[in-house]
Amino acid sequence: MTALAGPRVEEPVNDGRRNPPRRRRRRGWLLPLWGWLVILWLASPIVVMIVFGFNNVPNAKTNSVKWKGFTFKWYGHIFDFGDLTDAIQNSITIALATTAIAIVLGTLMGVALGKYRFRGNGSVNLLLFANIAAPEVVLGAALLSMFLALNIQRGYLTILLAHVMFSIAYVVVTVRARMAGMDPALEEAARDLGAGPITTFFRITLPIIMPGVLAGGLLAFALSIDDYIITSFNNGSTQTFPLWVYGAAQRTGGSVPPQVNVMGTLIFAFGVLVAVGVAVSSRKKV
Amino acid sequence: MSARAWRVRLTPYAMILPGWLWLAIFFVVPTVSMLSVSTMTGDDLNGFKQTWHFSTYSDAWSQYHTPIVRSLEYGLIATAICLVIGYPVAYWIAVRGGRYKSTLLFLLLLPFFVSFVIRTQSWEFMLDDHGMVLGVLRTFHLIGPLHFLHILPSDGQILQTSTAVIGGLVYNFLPFTVLPIYVALERIEPALLEAAGDLYANKVAAFRKVTLPLSLPGVFAAVLLTFVPVSSDFVNATILGGKGQTMVGNIIQTQYFTNLNFPMAASLSFILMGILLVGIFLYARVLGTEDALEMAAA
Repeated sequence: MTALAGPRVEEPVNDGRRNPPRRRRRRGWLLPLWGWLVILWLASPIVVMIVFGFNNVPNAKTNSVKWKGFTFKWYGHIFDFGDLTDAIQNSITIALATTAIAIVLGTLMGVALGKYRFRGNGSVNLLLFANIAAPEVVLGAALLSMFLALNIQRGYLTILLAHVMFSIAYVVVTVRARMAGMDPALEEAARDLGAGPITTFFRITLPIIMPGVLAGGLLAFALSIDDYIITSFNNGSTQTFPLWVYGAAQRTGGSVPPQVNVMGTLIFAFGVLVAVGVAVSSRKKV
Repeated sequence: MSARAWRVRLTPYAMILPGWLWLAIFFVVPTVSMLSVSTMTGDDLNGFKQTWHFSTYSDAWSQYHTPIVRSLEYGLIATAICLVIGYPVAYWIAVRGGRYKSTLLFLLLLPFFVSFVIRTQSWEFMLDDHGMVLGVLRTFHLIGPLHFLHILPSDGQILQTSTAVIGGLVYNFLPFTVLPIYVALERIEPALLEAAGDLYANKVAAFRKVTLPLSLPGVFAAVLLTFVPVSSDFVNATILGGKGQTMVGNIIQTQYFTNLNFPMAASLSFILMGILLVGIFLYARVLGTEDALEMAAA
């Protein structure tokens, strides 16, 4: 996560002359082997998810652990389950709304923490740390206690409130890191040239911290669309994609409809494309 | 003070306020509210009343200490395995990654583009009694040896064993271990290692005296970021485990939604949080510095 946000670190100068390439190659094949094995292991369930989205099982209700031949048909029947479609719609709209709200609140907080020294900033940092460090089950259960105590109906809105609550701190952290690397003289120069605080913010500060804001926003989106634990405490009868999958897996004793694989594959492809796009475009600017 | 000076002084507070309010209302207040629920008595039909009934905590412990201890045990084992698997990977990317660092990190983070529940469900699919993992193990006659090492039961089932749950936990939280260690290793000045070499330290000594100590704040953060979510997780235990693998998160959920025993659920949440807080504090006193806590926050 930090990798997306951190400022690009210059590579150390290659001291090729002192370590001739031949010696370097002989040194340690064990470490790369280990690294690639771990990466393969991490990718294995994703590969299985993608491949079994093409499994030609007769029944749309469950997939099969055995390979039954290749088919595209589940891509044509993505929306066969109405409640699954609703769940995925909820997930996407909640994630978009969470991202928008968390970006606004988190960027304001991150800029303030990165730029000003003020009384009470220690306690704000502590609040953010506690929010990130608290176990999800406790965050979810605590919100549920409050909603129960106040007799608040749980549903779409309470999921959104919860998601913004656990996303803000991540946006703050990425924006604050970017802010810390910014030269304050740039803002001063803008003020000297007659720009008001608002103009300075939108014309100078915001473009400079943009990579941090984008990384924070991506994190917020990813956390929101992926969340199961906190959502499961505050969803009422509203379903999201992870909740639906969990429920289906519980009902059928493991196997979920192939449509879930298809949707997982499409979300995966979309996420990878966006991340690569953001990475490439920010590389161009730097 | 002039109006302008006031405005300048109040600016940071005005910027903090909206986000702070959100966290206060949906994080701090709920936590306090849960603390008050934990000492209430009553039932779902007649409502709950505050009676300062602290013995719910001792009841919770005496009834559910097995899953609580199991959660901590799974947390410790999974965190240790994550460190053993993850440290070399972080080292590989940070020290040997060269210009492919970002690409390798991206590959490491690929799982985050697939929902956590789907990844876990995908493991259930692979570990199924007729699934591909057991198929491979049978082909290579590995079930016997794995049973001998107490990793698998004799019937060669993987699902509904501690092995499956711990394996799932390690799988799901490994990136949280690798990233902070990577960040710490990445910050190490290469000149320091050269200096160690100039002072006649060999590779092993240089690692032991320079790299390892300088990466410890990262390891500290990694342990924190892995242990807390692992020991409070219940998704892996539900999907990959059986009755014998219930964790405290499962109990909290059941108490809220099936038994409607809200005070018990709240007490269990605070017992879990209390143990984790004390653990983090002791751990920070023994090993950590403020630096480490800062790394954990970043």
